Amino acid sequence: MATPSVAGRTNLLKLWPWVVIPLAALVLPFIFTSGHAINLLSHMGVAIIFALSYNMLLGNTGLLSFGHAVYYGLGAYVAMHVLRAINDAGGQGLPVELLPLVGALAGLGFGILFGTFSVRRAGVVFAMITLGLGALVFSSSQMFTDFFGGEAGLFGNRAEAPSLFGIDYASSLAVYYLVVAWALIAAILIYLLRKTPLGWMANAVRDNPERAQFVGYDPTIVRFIQFSLSACFAGLAGGLYVITDEIVNAEVVGQIQSGAVLLGTYIGGIGYFIGPIVGASIVTVLESSLSSYTEAWVLYFGLLFITIVMFAPMGIVGVIHTQYLNWKAGGWKGNTGIRLYLIVTGLIGIFGAICVIELSYHYFRSWDPSAPFVLMGVTVDATTVLPWLACFAIAIIGFGLMLFHGRPMLSRHTGATSRGGNA
Amino acid sequence: MLETIAYSIFNGVLYGTLLFMMSSGLTLIFGMMGVLNFAHASFYMLGAYFAYTLGLGTGFWVALFLAPIAVGAFGALVERYGLRRVHQFGHVPELLFTFGLAYVIEELVALFWGTVPVPYKAPPALDTTAFSMFGLNYSVFKVFILVVAVAMFVGLWFLLKKTRAGLIIQGALSRPDMVGALGHNVPRVFMLVFAFGCALAGLGGVVGGIHFVTDPGMAFMMGPIVFVVVVLGGLGSVPGALIASLIIGILQTFFLSINFSLAGAFGALGIEDSGFFGVLWHMETTRIAPVLPFLLLVLTLIFRPRGLLGKREA
Amino acid sequence: MTTRNALQLKGVTKNFGRAEIIRGVDLDVHEHERHVIIGPNGAGKSTLFNLISGRLKVSDGSIKLFDNAIHNLPAHKVNRMGLSRSFQVTNLFQNMTVMQNLRCSLLWSEGHKYAFWKSVTKQDAVTERAAELMERLNLTKQANTPASLLTYAEQRALEIGCTVASGAQVILLDEPTAGMSRTEANDAIHLIQRMTGENTLVVVEHDLSVVFELADRISVLVYGEIIATGTPEEIRNNAAVQEAYLGTEVH
Repeated sequence: MATPSVAGRTNLLKLWPWVVIPLAALVLPFIFTSGHAINLLSHMGVAIIFALSYNMLLGNTGLLSFGHAVYYGLGAYVAMHVLRAINDAGGQGLPVELLPLVGALAGLGFGILFGTFSVRRAGVVFAMITLGLGALVFSSSQMFTDFFGGEAGLFGNRAEAPSLFGIDYASSLAVYYLVVAWALIAAILIYLLRKTPLGWMANAVRDNPERAQFVGYDPTIVRFIQFSLSACFAGLAGGLYVITDEIVNAEVVGQIQSGAVLLGTYIGGIGYFIGPIVGASIVTVLESSLSSYTEAWVLYFGLLFITIVMFAPMGIVGVIHTQYLNWKAGGWKGNTGIRLYLIVTGLIGIFGAICVIELSYHYFRSWDPSAPFVLMGVTVDATTVLPWLACFAIAIIGFGLMLFHGRPMLSRHTGATSRGGNA
Repeated sequence: MLETIAYSIFNGVLYGTLLFMMSSGLTLIFGMMGVLNFAHASFYMLGAYFAYTLGLGTGFWVALFLAPIAVGAFGALVERYGLRRVHQFGHVPELLFTFGLAYVIEELVALFWGTVPVPYKAPPALDTTAFSMFGLNYSVFKVFILVVAVAMFVGLWFLLKKTRAGLIIQGALSRPDMVGALGHNVPRVFMLVFAFGCALAGLGGVVGGIHFVTDPGMAFMMGPIVFVVVVLGGLGSVPGALIASLIIGILQTFFLSINFSLAGAFGALGIEDSGFFGVLWHMETTRIAPVLPFLLLVLTLIFRPRGLLGKREA
Repeated sequence: MTTRNALQLKGVTKNFGRAEIIRGVDLDVHEHERHVIIGPNGAGKSTLFNLISGRLKVSDGSIKLFDNAIHNLPAHKVNRMGLSRSFQVTNLFQNMTVMQNLRCSLLWSEGHKYAFWKSVTKQDAVTERAAELMERLNLTKQANTPASLLTYAEQRALEIGCTVASGAQVILLDEPTAGMSRTEANDAIHLIQRMTGENTLVVVEHDLSVVFELADRISVLVYGEIIATGTPEEIRNNAAVQEAYLGTEVH
């Protein structure tokens, strides 16, 4: 799935995610039946489309954008205006199922408009233009309050609109399956795009823009088309968001949204088609659930991100893939025990670090730090030394064993050089 | 009218010099290492917080000296153990690393010092009125800000143009590969420049934290504008950063204080206050002010990516 | 029948700031000929190539490709008009396999442009041509090997293949045998001759035995100027060239 296949015939077994994931998507609402869970799944679907669109830019074309939410959000806003028009017309007009197409068209339009000047240069300049443009659009939401709906944003009613199949979209389950349908369509289209001349040349331009020129291609045009198509799919996701949440405000074009899709895509792994799917799912779940468990969730996100950037730049899917290849090639023979040891000590270290962080947040943030605080099932007094000592000890022992005992042991066994470099 | 103009100019210059202090370090780092340090404004923030905390114990003047050093030391650690490791993966991971770092620093600052602004105030010695203009009092501290900024500018100019270290840095700004070929320990030079740039940001924070509010959100508030300054001024150009800072500072202050709109100047001309062009026609400059820096950023990147005085294109 | 000029340079000048690198070059390259450019290091050979291929803009003068002006055009436009080049430092799509590299090199000339509605691997014409090129390059066994894992000589061969694949009439080769042993260089030259039968070749070379074997005509570039152009015999016997470049010992 990483690079286009050579012989022209895809090995059918390699396509297993295309069967497993949609099946899982169909089945999941029967396992997690609460309204909250289904809403979460719908958000996951939207996030997946958004992340897939983002990876068209980053993974496929090498364009790092810090403002992709512009197309997502503007697509959402245009779709919202259309939905409101339908509502105002008494529920007459475009069917709900086609509303995401409005978002897609809006995304495409803005992608073409802004793409004309955004993609003339690549690399850091492009990143900065997207950053500036994102900030520009976000702060202009204060200027154009008619379009952006001011502080409160805009509301719409998805149930007060026609349906192609006579479905009542007041039900969140119905919305979920609509999201799944669109996600599948988007995923298939984005996947097929990678196999076209444009898709191949996007990779070529990413790897070596100069060489691409000398085989006749203008890198700027390649980037421009990819950019516009990517914005189109981002707008599609935005349109779906209008259906799932029925409200939009300026946050949807904002820095946080742009950062979230970047985070999710990167964590999953930009070199793999499935990477954004995995990453977006994880980020959506964490974002929603983690914040109810701990105040430190933003910190955890930041640390997770930095860890991936520093130690696993190919993302979670990348790590799994490389380890799998390693295992298949026999690299795990005789040292599986050591690897498990590494994983366990690493987890212990992480556990200790989490304890320290949770303890810290309790100590610094709560009204009365000395009140009994339940940390991982143990009641402690954060103002005494013992809990701190214990948590630090766990973290230090865990990471210490992993780095200074386990890793050298693995290196000796496999004869591999240690990862990373000290300049 | 005259008051508004004078007031705007003075405040604009003040704001501009603060922007310069925040961005001089970034333009050096960006110019030499090509790293868009998203966390640069975070170091500015750390400078403010360190100075506040140190100042509680040692008083302002010692903190003024120590806080930037502490920030610089932290910057060195970040470069040595974070950035340098990620450097091998390319420019994108570098950018992403600093991106994540900004979030982590903000969270940690909010954790240790709280989310409420801290009462970081000017020392009593500088809190007196220096002069008054058109009925408004300007404290000595405001003059002090200007003094520090000028000192920073002069010091940097001297360092870059007159010392050997400065020559090396200047060389590395235009031809980093050559500097390495000449036998200099480029990684160490990078670390020192990075630390130095962070220390400059920290110094900006010591002063800026008093003038503006010191709270965990200050990095994300000032960060984007600092990028605009660096891009507009030109990568690696300290004079460019100064000019760009002043332009943005004065322009934004003017837009905020002089309530001007095209409709106000030329009359409504029958143009309704709705629709895209209608809204723009009636738009007051106060509402455009927040958007202005980013407009400048995008325009610069499109028409003159080199910036005003930059030598290298981004 | 007069042979027309594939490439015509008139008064080409290039300044970097105040440094004059190319100082008024006049050069005619006949169609179908193998024209080799030699000269001491720093003479400006790579700069000249960069000017012709569109990587750099001329400060003055004109460059014509089959009577069409190509100076100051962007590189991809120059390429579409019929000129391609290889690089001194191997310049391939490192992460793509041999077959993918060749396919990408063929896409434009086969007319597919920026199409995003058809599959690359289903284009039989492209596949056939790529396979054929691979045969001639002796790289068929490496079809699915990423370019970064090929040997140096294989990479150079692939680079020649990609350059030829783009369908260009005029091909610029920048030191094609750099870093090669005697045998490798010989193989490379034979490969070049095989692959570029009908093309016009302009080659920069240092290895004099290669030069004299390959060239129909030679031009000598010294300090940004062409001091002599002629057949290998003429150049060997040219006093100015001997003095400036070849030294007194010539084979």
